[in-house]
Amino acid sequence: MSTTQPSSLASVANARIGRTQASSATGTGLEARGVHAWFGKNHVLADINLEFAAGSVTALIGPSGCGKSTFIRTMNRMHEFIPGAAMAGQVLLDGKDVYAPGVDVTKIRLQIGMVFQKPNPFPSMTIGENVLSGLKLAQIKVENKDELLESCLVRAGLWNEVKDRLGAHGGSLSGGQQQRLCIARALAVSPQVLLMDEPCSALDPGSTLRIEETIRELSDSMTIIIVTHNMQQAARVSDYTAFFLSDGGPGEMIEVARTSEIFSQPKDQRTENYVTGRFG
Amino acid sequence: MSTVAIPTKPWAKSPQDRILGLTFLLAAIAFSYFFVAVTEMKGKLAYAFVFFVAYGVITSTHSFITRGPQAAKDSFVSTLVSLGAVVTVIPIASILFTVVQKGLPGLHLGILSNDMSMATPTDPIPTGGVLHAITGTLTLVVLALIMSVPIGILTALYLTEIKGRFAGPIRFLVQAMSGVPSIVAGLFILSAVLYPITKNYSALMGALALAVLMIPTIARTSEEVLLLIPNELREAGTALGGTQWRTVAMIVLPAARSGLMTAIILGIARIAGETAPLLLLTGGGDKVNPNPFSGSVGSLPYYIWKSFNAGSPEAITRAWAGLLILMILVLILFIAARALSNRKMSK
Repeated sequence: MSTTQPSSLASVANARIGRTQASSATGTGLEARGVHAWFGKNHVLADINLEFAAGSVTALIGPSGCGKSTFIRTMNRMHEFIPGAAMAGQVLLDGKDVYAPGVDVTKIRLQIGMVFQKPNPFPSMTIGENVLSGLKLAQIKVENKDELLESCLVRAGLWNEVKDRLGAHGGSLSGGQQQRLCIARALAVSPQVLLMDEPCSALDPGSTLRIEETIRELSDSMTIIIVTHNMQQAARVSDYTAFFLSDGGPGEMIEVARTSEIFSQPKDQRTENYVTGRFG
Repeated sequence: MSTVAIPTKPWAKSPQDRILGLTFLLAAIAFSYFFVAVTEMKGKLAYAFVFFVAYGVITSTHSFITRGPQAAKDSFVSTLVSLGAVVTVIPIASILFTVVQKGLPGLHLGILSNDMSMATPTDPIPTGGVLHAITGTLTLVVLALIMSVPIGILTALYLTEIKGRFAGPIRFLVQAMSGVPSIVAGLFILSAVLYPITKNYSALMGALALAVLMIPTIARTSEEVLLLIPNELREAGTALGGTQWRTVAMIVLPAARSGLMTAIILGIARIAGETAPLLLLTGGGDKVNPNPFSGSVGSLPYYIWKSFNAGSPEAITRAWAGLLILMILVLILFIAARALSNRKMSK
C-alpha cells in the first residue's frame, strides 16, 4: 500500500473549505466536556473535550481500538446499550446535558441520529416502511408521509433508484443502497445531529462516493460527526478533523483542527506520523 | 472462429461406473440372501445388516484396489453414513405403514360426523365415530395454545431482551421443566386445581396440564430464535428513538416471526398426542361436549386408549383408525402453521 501524500490530502481539504463557507447552516451544536468511558473495569476513553459547531462536518480519525466509535456512541447515549458500560463527563446538546437526570433518552436519540458501520435495514419491512420506521418507533404523527418519504430518499441520494419499488424489501438492495436507505431512515425523524460510524467501511468505492456526496449535501442542514479510517474521505468531507490515539491505555484526543491544517501542518508529531501513514 | 460450447459434466459417473456400481449392489443383495440362507440368522433385519456389511466391504475393496487406502476409507464411511440414514428412516416408515394399514379398515363415511355416545365397543365399524375426540383434541390444543404461547414468548423475551437478574435461574427452571414427565403435570393440576377448586373433569383442566408441558418447549425454542436476531437491529431501532418495547414489538418480533411459528409448532407437537394427563383430568366422554370449562370431554389419545382397553376386534380397529386420524390432524396443523408463517414472510 502506498504512503498517503499529506500535501495532496491538504489540497483536497482546502478545496472543501471554499465550498462550505458558502453554506449558511444554522442549527444545534454539540459539545463534549471531559467525557470518559469504561467497559467494566476497562477505561477506554479519557477526558475528551470537543466542540462541534452547528452545521459543521467533523471527522474522527485514529487507529482501531482508540475509542472513536465509543466516543460517538456516548453522544446519543447508545453507549449505555452495552452491558457493563459506564461514562463520566457531560455531553451538551444545545447547551443542555443529555445525561442530566430526567432527560428522556428516546428524545435525545431523535435529535441525534446515527448511521452504523454495517447497513442494517429492518428485514421485515419494505423500503418505504424502513424509511418511515423511526416515526412509527417514536410514535410521531406526520401530515404528509409520501412527501417525507420522497424528500428523505432524495436527500440520501436513493430516490431515483428505488422510486418504482418502494414496496420491495430492504434486503433486496445492494450494500451501498442499503446504507443510503439507513441514512434516509435516520433523516426521517429530522435529527439536528447525525453520527456516522464508519458508514462506508463495508462499501465499494462507487457507493462510498455517493454517500460522501450525501454527507456534503446534508451538512447544509445538520451537524455531522463521522468516524472513518479512510483519510482521503476525512479530507474530502470534513471541515474539522480530530485525531484519537490510545497508547495501550484509554483512548485520548491528541489534536483537533481544521481538516486542512491536520493534513498539512499538524501540531503533534503523532498526528503527522498517522496522517502520513507512518503507523496505524 | 468461435465454437459453440456444449455444457458437459466431466465429473459425472460414466456408464461403466454405473454398471459397476449396480453390479456391486446386486452382488451384495445376492450375498445377503445366500448368507442368511446358510447361517442361523433370520428376518428382514438380518438381510439388511448383511447387505450393508457386504456392500461396504465390496465397494471399499474396489476403491482400495483402484485408488488406494484413503479411497477405501472414504467409501466405507460413505456406506456407514447411508446406513445411519436408512436406520433412522426404517422405524418412522414402518410406523407410518402400520398405522395406515391397520387404520384404513376402521375409516368409514360417518367417522367424522358421529360420536361414540350411541355406539358400544362391540358394534360393527360403520357405527359411531370420532367427532367427540377430534373436537375435544382441538379444544384442548387451542386452550393450551392460548395459555402457553403468550407465557412462553414473554419468558423468552425476558431472557433475551430484558436479561434481568433472574434470567439465569429462570433459564435453568425452564430447561428443567422441559423434562417434566407428563403424568407429573397431570397429577399437579389434579391435586392443585381439579380436586380443590373445580371438582369436575373439563377440557380446561386437561389444557392446563398440557400448557405446563408446552410452555418450556415454546420458551426455549423462542429464546434460541430471538438470540439469532442480530443485535444491530435492536441498536438501529433504539438509535431511531424507539423505546425497548417499541423496538421489540416492531422490529425484533417481526424479524423472528417464522422462527416463533416453529416454536409454536414444536409446542403443539409436544402435546398433541399426550395421553397421561388427559386420563386424569378430562374424563374422556363419548359425546361432543360444547362447554370447554365443564364436563367430561373426549380426545383422540383418550379414544385410542379407551378403544384398545375395550379389547373387542371392532374396538381395536377403531383405535387404529383413531391413531391414523390423530397423525393426519397433527400433519394438518403442521402444514397450516408453516403456510401461515411463510405467507407473511414472502409478502
